[in-house]
Amino acid sequence: MIRPDADVLLEIRGLHARVEDNAILKGVDLTLRAGEIHAVMGRNGSGKSTLSKVLAGHPAYTVTAGTVTYRGQNLLELSPEERARLGVFLGFQYPVEIPGVSNLEFLRVATNARRVQLGQEELDTFAFEDLVRERLKVVQMDPAFLDRSVNEGFSGGEKKRNEILQMALLEPLVAILDETDSGLDIDALRIVAAGVSQLATADTATLLITHYQRLLEAITPDFVHVMAAGRILRTGGRELALELEERGYDWVDQELAALELG
Amino acid sequence: MGISTVSAKGLAGWTSDLLARLPAPSGPLAAVQRRGREALAALQGPSRRQEAWRFTDLALLAGLDLNPSAALSRGAATDGLAPQNSSQSGPGTLRLKLDGGSDPLAGVVLPAGVSPLSESELVLALGHTLAATGCEQHWPVELNHASASQLLALRIASRSQVSLELVSDAAAELRPLRVLLILEEKAQLQLCQRLTASGAGLTSLVLEAHLGRGARLEHALVALGQPDAALLAHLALEQEPESHVSLVAVSAGWGVSRLEPRIVQVDGSATTTLRGLQVVAGDQIADTHSHMAFGGPEGQLDQLHKAVADGRGRSVFNGAVRVPRAAQRTNAAQLSRSLLLSDRARIDTKPELEIVADDVRCAHGATVSCLQLDELFYLQSRGIAADQASALLKRAFCEEVLRELPATARRWCPFESLLAARGSDGGPATAVESGREDLEGEGG
Repeated sequence: MIRPDADVLLEIRGLHARVEDNAILKGVDLTLRAGEIHAVMGRNGSGKSTLSKVLAGHPAYTVTAGTVTYRGQNLLELSPEERARLGVFLGFQYPVEIPGVSNLEFLRVATNARRVQLGQEELDTFAFEDLVRERLKVVQMDPAFLDRSVNEGFSGGEKKRNEILQMALLEPLVAILDETDSGLDIDALRIVAAGVSQLATADTATLLITHYQRLLEAITPDFVHVMAAGRILRTGGRELALELEERGYDWVDQELAALELG
Repeated sequence: MGISTVSAKGLAGWTSDLLARLPAPSGPLAAVQRRGREALAALQGPSRRQEAWRFTDLALLAGLDLNPSAALSRGAATDGLAPQNSSQSGPGTLRLKLDGGSDPLAGVVLPAGVSPLSESELVLALGHTLAATGCEQHWPVELNHASASQLLALRIASRSQVSLELVSDAAAELRPLRVLLILEEKAQLQLCQRLTASGAGLTSLVLEAHLGRGARLEHALVALGQPDAALLAHLALEQEPESHVSLVAVSAGWGVSRLEPRIVQVDGSATTTLRGLQVVAGDQIADTHSHMAFGGPEGQLDQLHKAVADGRGRSVFNGAVRVPRAAQRTNAAQLSRSLLLSDRARIDTKPELEIVADDVRCAHGATVSCLQLDELFYLQSRGIAADQASALLKRAFCEEVLRELPATARRWCPFESLLAARGSDGGPATAVESGREDLEGEGG
């Protein structure tokens, strides 16, 4: 839903970042307003996942130039946990398995960290169980997964559902979903996409990072950005995704080459 | 090198000083005490020049000003001890407090299936398993021999099921604890043992257990010390065929601790499960030297030892497994996993497999890792603060062993107290304190 007068939630300007000695992001500009769904598409290695990790504050990435402003605040100054508590959520491409840490306990601690930030009361075990059972419906997840260790032994689809469950509990204002569609079969994709659509409201912004446009059949983006060589090469509407699907990414290379020559 | 020389000298001086101050041999162990004192006087104390003590410096011991008579003289005042000494902590569970000096069974009514060993049985049984597991002349064992004036010696009758809790809290003293258990055929014993320290003392434990055919021993040892206290423990277990031993040992907070579980399956065909967790911080040293011997075919061992080392702490694990020719079709697995939390902490871990039999499966492995950055980031990205995230991961690491503890023993070592059992001031005292309240709350 595009409303030009909607609040800007996230503003990325000239963002450069590297991991070790490799410069990966080379000047990303992107503005996310409340109510908008953006899709970032691009080949492997174009910098899509790096962008998501930099926004979430992964310590392996160093920002070398540019700014990221989240609701008027310098996001880059904040620790990963502060970003999360303030409402920035990263859905991982490869959710991490943490043997020995109970999924339920993890979800409760995370939810309470966000609630404290919002000035809400922390939930005790019982109250949290009620909440989590209600939110499980968003992703049609089996409650048995609550009793297991975080993501341990989960299938690819179950891990992604667990990510969206976390999103449903944390109620972020900006959700960045890194290849949430990868490794999902058609049914799981449909459920996850429905969950994401349900959680995208007029007050939130969603950034879908994806390689294929099949996720975009289930979630209609307001903007599609094509990323290449660490920057956003072109921005358009839903039709850009369809064009990519039809023509592949070769034209992106040509455009990039032309840009570099020019 | 200078350190080891000094500590060896210091330990020798400390030992002779201790021997001079020990009260005259008395009680049921008088003869053992005499022999132990002679042996200790002649024995060279552990030093880092000896392979078995290469990484573990007992210098802390030499600095302990122990009053050997504090515990040992308690035997005189037996009046009215019974109500304090024992209690029923749950249905069918006998709890005994061991103070190292008084008769732990004075005034105690033993539950069905449990009886004290007679003097003639003691003569036959005492030291038998120590010899069978090859540790009767180890220095820590001789130290216990020299000083222990009392023992707890029980027989668990065939086919009976018994639950026993043994607790000891040592002040600034030498606290020698001697336990002998005979499990008859198909007897089952759940033994929860708790050792704590409330002063700069030394707890010396020598426990022997003989398991008859088909007997079952579940032994949980929870040892929570403090940085100026030491623990030396030998657990010698002898298994007849078809018996089962499950030992879960958790230790944290001691200035120095040395735990030696020594198990022999006399004719093989038994199962042994060993779980260990040791936590060090500050300048603490925790050392586990386990020794597993198979005397016959088709024995099984499943061993997991975990260590967490922070600060300048040092964790040592040496896991010996002996599989002689007679022990064909042995199936043994040993895994040592350590978590290194500080660049000044140190982990030494070594499997020591001696396999002569040719038809066996003996797996072993060792890992040393730090907290995983990706795991930490994942938790942080959900709003969990970095320190809370590390605590969750450390807890997860320990949980694999802690969850194997029976409920009683589990209550004795809440995870917070393990991590609180730091080398700095205050931490361990709080940990032990809360545990003790819990303990007393359950009693009566």
